[in-house]
Parts: sequence; C-alpha cells; structure tokens
Amino acid sequence: MTDPSTAASASSIEAHTHVLAAEHAGTETAGAPGKPDKPRSLASDAWDDLRRRPLFLIAGSLIALVLLMALFPFLFTQTDPGYADLARSRQGPSAQAWFGYDNQGYDIYARTIHGARASIVVGICATTLTVLIGGTLGLLAGYYGGWLDGLMSRVADVFFGLPFVLGAIIILSSFGSTGTTSVAQIMFLVVMSIAVLSWPVCMRIMRSAAITAKQQDYVKAARALGASSSRIILRHMLPNAVAPVLVYATIALGAFIGAEATLSFLGLGLRAPVVSWGVMIADSRDIIRVAPHTLLFPAAFLTATVLAFVMLGDAVREALDPKTR
Amino acid sequence: MGRYVLRRLLQLVPVFIGTTFLIYWLVWSLPGDPFAGKCGDRPCPDAYIAVMRERFHLDEPLVVQYGRYLWNLLQGDFGETFRGLEVGELISNAYPNTIRLAVVALLIEAVIGLAAGVLTGLRGRGFLDNLTLVSTLFLISLPVFVTGFALQIFFGFELGWIKTTVAKSPAPWEQLIAPGFVLGSLSMAYVTRLTRTSIAENKHADFVRTAVAKGLPQRRVVGVHLLRNSAIPVVTFLGTDLGALMGGAIVTEGIFDIKGIGNLVFDGIIGKDGLIVTGVVTLLVLVYLLSNLLVDLLYAVLDPRIRYD
Repeated sequence: MTDPSTAASASSIEAHTHVLAAEHAGTETAGAPGKPDKPRSLASDAWDDLRRRPLFLIAGSLIALVLLMALFPFLFTQTDPGYADLARSRQGPSAQAWFGYDNQGYDIYARTIHGARASIVVGICATTLTVLIGGTLGLLAGYYGGWLDGLMSRVADVFFGLPFVLGAIIILSSFGSTGTTSVAQIMFLVVMSIAVLSWPVCMRIMRSAAITAKQQDYVKAARALGASSSRIILRHMLPNAVAPVLVYATIALGAFIGAEATLSFLGLGLRAPVVSWGVMIADSRDIIRVAPHTLLFPAAFLTATVLAFVMLGDAVREALDPKTR
Repeated sequence: MGRYVLRRLLQLVPVFIGTTFLIYWLVWSLPGDPFAGKCGDRPCPDAYIAVMRERFHLDEPLVVQYGRYLWNLLQGDFGETFRGLEVGELISNAYPNTIRLAVVALLIEAVIGLAAGVLTGLRGRGFLDNLTLVSTLFLISLPVFVTGFALQIFFGFELGWIKTTVAKSPAPWEQLIAPGFVLGSLSMAYVTRLTRTSIAENKHADFVRTAVAKGLPQRRVVGVHLLRNSAIPVVTFLGTDLGALMGGAIVTEGIFDIKGIGNLVFDGIIGKDGLIVTGVVTLLVLVYLLSNLLVDLLYAVLDPRIRYD
C-alpha cells in the first residue's frame, strides 16, 4: 500500500462519502441502518461479533506481536542493531544470524526487530494527527454547513488534488534539505508530510457521517431541548459519526507504515541513524541481485504488519455494518 | 447538462490555482542556493548568478513570480530550466511513456479486477470467494516497490521472460506489461472488491428478478442489467485512480527505468530545478481534476435516474 489516499475507498461504511451541499437540508429519508432495535448498543454488538471472527483474531495477535517488538525489542534479541562488521557483509541466513547480514555487516534479525519501533511510531503519530485534523474539520463542516463547509471543502480539494507520493517528496525535500540528523526532527517531518496530505480523506468521511447524524431525530430533539452547539457536536453527533472514521484510521495506520517505507525507499523519509523497515529496504536496493535476503526479511515484516492493520479494519467494518451480519 | 459542465469547470478554477500555488510556493521557497554546484567545483561567479536571477526573476515577490508563471502557462509556455532546456519539450518527450504505462495499468486492473469481482460476486461464499478475498488483502498490503522488485528479480533475472529495464523512449507496449501490472496491482485489488460487493448487493434487486422472469439469457442479465447498475462505484474509483496512477508512477518508473514524467520530476526535485516540478505537477493536477469531472458526467450515462440540470 503505497498511496494511503486509496485507503478511503476501502473504509467507507456507507456509500455517501460524497454528500453534496444540497443534501444538508434535513430530509429524514436517509434513515440510519446502523440503529439496532435491540436494547444493546451497536458497540457492544460489534464487539461480540468481532470476538468470534477469525480474521480479527489473526490480525489482533499479529498487531500485538508487532507492538511487543516495538515496546520491548530486547525480549526478542540480545544483538546490538548498531554493531556492524564488514567481514560478514552480505552473509546469508545461518544459526548465528537467522536472517543473515546486510551490506554493512549489520545483523538483519536484530535490525528488523528494532526497526518495528520507528515504523509503528510514525504510523501511530501520522494517524493520530490525520484523524485529529480531518475529524475536527469534518465535524465542524458537517454541523455548520453553509459557507464554512464550502470553504473547508475547497481547501480540502486543493490538498486532495496533489498526488500523495509527489506531494510528500516535494514537502520532504523542501523542509528536509537542512541536513538535520536529529532522529526526532526527521520523524516529525515524515509524520507532518503524511498528515498534511492525508487529512482531506478523513475530513470527507467525517463530514458525510456528521451530515447523516445531524439529520437524526435525537439531534433535533437535543436542539429543541436547548442544548448548545458544542454539546450537540460532542455528545450526540461525535459518538454516532465516529465509526467510519475508526475504520478509516485502522486501515490508514497500515497504509501510513507502507508510505513511510516508500518515502524511505526513495531516500527522502527516515534515514541513517534511525533503524526502520523502510530504511533497511532502501539500503538493500542496490544489492538485491546478489543478496535478496536483505530485501526479503524487512519487506516480509512490513507487509505482514500492513496486512494485519488492513485485516483489522476490514473486520471492524464488517462488524459495525449490520447489513453484513 | 451544458450548464452543469460550465459550473463544474468554473469550480475547478480555484482548486487549480490553489494547488499550483501551493506547489509553486513549496518548490521556490526551498532553502539552499539553486545555483550551488552548477558551475563544477568552484562556486558560481557573482556575475553569472546576477544574470540568472535577473533572467528567472528570482528577486521579485513570490506572488508576482507565480502570476507571471501562470500567465505564460495560459499561453502554452512552460518556461525553461536553468540549463536552458524547454520544459514543455521535456514534458512532451516524457509524457507519452507515462500515459502508456498508466493506460496499460488501467486496462490490466479494469479487466482482471472486473472479471474477478463479477465471478466472485455471482458465486457468493465459497472457495473462490475466500481465495479472492485473501489475495486482494495481500495485494493491498504489499508496497509497490516490493511487488516491482519481486517481479523484476523473478521474471527478469531468473526466468528472463521480461526485460528488466525499459530504457527506450517511446516505450514499446509489450515491455510495459510487467511495470503496468506492478503499478495497477493495488488498484486491481480494490476494483475486485468494489465490483464483488456491488454485484452481490444488486444480485437480489427487483430489476434483476424481473429480467430473469422475462426469460432473458443469463449473459444479458449479467452483462447489461447487473453490470451496468453495479458499475458506478467502480467507475468512480477508476476515474480518480487515473490521476493517482500518474503520480504513483514515480516508484514504478524508478524501478524499471522508464523515461516518464515520474523520473523527470524526481530529477527536477533533486536538481532543484523548480520549473520542471511545477510544470509536471500542474499537468498532473489538471489530469486529475478533469478525470473527476468525466466520472461525474459518466454517472448520468450509466444510471438514467441521475440527471444534471
């Protein structure tokens, strides 16, 4: 998954991702299919459903494993990922080093385990930022409508029109050419460029969900009872509009990890002092013909992690969508 | 219809200006001297820098520069690079390769994706359905460069079936099949899933039951009644994907060394040659906006219930 903007097409629960301004008008025909008539809440229904899905169990245990790798890498390996010995350069997998050694003689197994942290941190930070920006703007645009909605949607269109990889390359080369080697600064730049290019997708999803929620009777009732705008938005609309964004965020988290690897592969994302799967893949680029194992192992871990998040998103969407029960 | 198109075209103008200005601002406010290293090992003489800054109007405010650029662009002039090459000519040399690549990718994803989607959507749950779901999941999670390297190593170096690099320009169609597959593989998975869901939903619709009851042959029911009504989400995706394919071609073109605009723009960014970058991105944004408009117009053709007045 190289272009995270495509994650949107996989994540929309309902087909009304593109709600036109005219549809703001309160027609009640939309009718929420997501409201069960049983006394149990949709969330607990979904959780019950999720726990019995094999897809969810597989994805959940994979993600737990990767998180464990990111938090406590020393549980898995005692080897120092920063120790290189040129004498063992490009040696294949053996009993000492399960995944072999790379061009510089680093232990690939140790680096793969330690690389999980950077990839996961970038993925989580970028997702949080994207959801915060896109979700807030989408909620406001959906609730207030009118010129505010029009303005925000046009601004989102401007960012949406930029192809992701191209936009990220330009942002990173503009701000990254200062030649910094500080790990935090490099990570911050990558996270920012991903979030800046991805928030319009999240905003569109949140906006259409908010518009659907706004037309429901309970929102009208709350307004009739004199609830303030902030109370309506936070207590009534947000909980009912958050599901599609949640699904998008799960899939996007996987997509962003892949995007980080793509940017590192192009030589613009994370680099040398940072150990990440993308950096390892970029290092292997020039020697894949003679030592394919340097590409194989980090790529396999990367693919498995992205796969786990996409599967989780799939499972959550199916559990939240009553039509598929 | 005519008024709708006109209104949409007018709406495109602010988005177009916003996007191109964003790119222009980002590219031309790059920190670092654009003339560093342009004169070999020595720093450039001051006279040369003064002449170049004068020639490319680098001392004017950014907004004025942008206005001048846009005005020239409207007259079909993309400007020239610092080396004095016409950007328009560079783009017209590189663009056919990328268009060919994108067309091959779009064809592959549409044909394979639609076929697999229709097949599994009609069959319903079963072995084939699960196989498609798992393989599309896998394709979605595989980064493009991994797919590219895997195909290049396996079919190129080991089996010798494909050429590992497409250095010729214009690129021959048959050599673009493997790169096109790599580029389109992610979208192929999405097309399959969208078609499958859409077909499965519409399979039990009233109009399908009526068509079967009328005694129409299975082929006509599926090909005309079912497919046409299920096509809208797929067409939406394919339309927006055309723009994404051109932008995403950077990685694929890099792996297979295709002389397309992806390569051109990457060299432009690395070489700090701003006019190449802005020119290519402007073109890409235009393609993206127009293909979105085309998709919206196709809705009315596919579904007669949708009208634009």
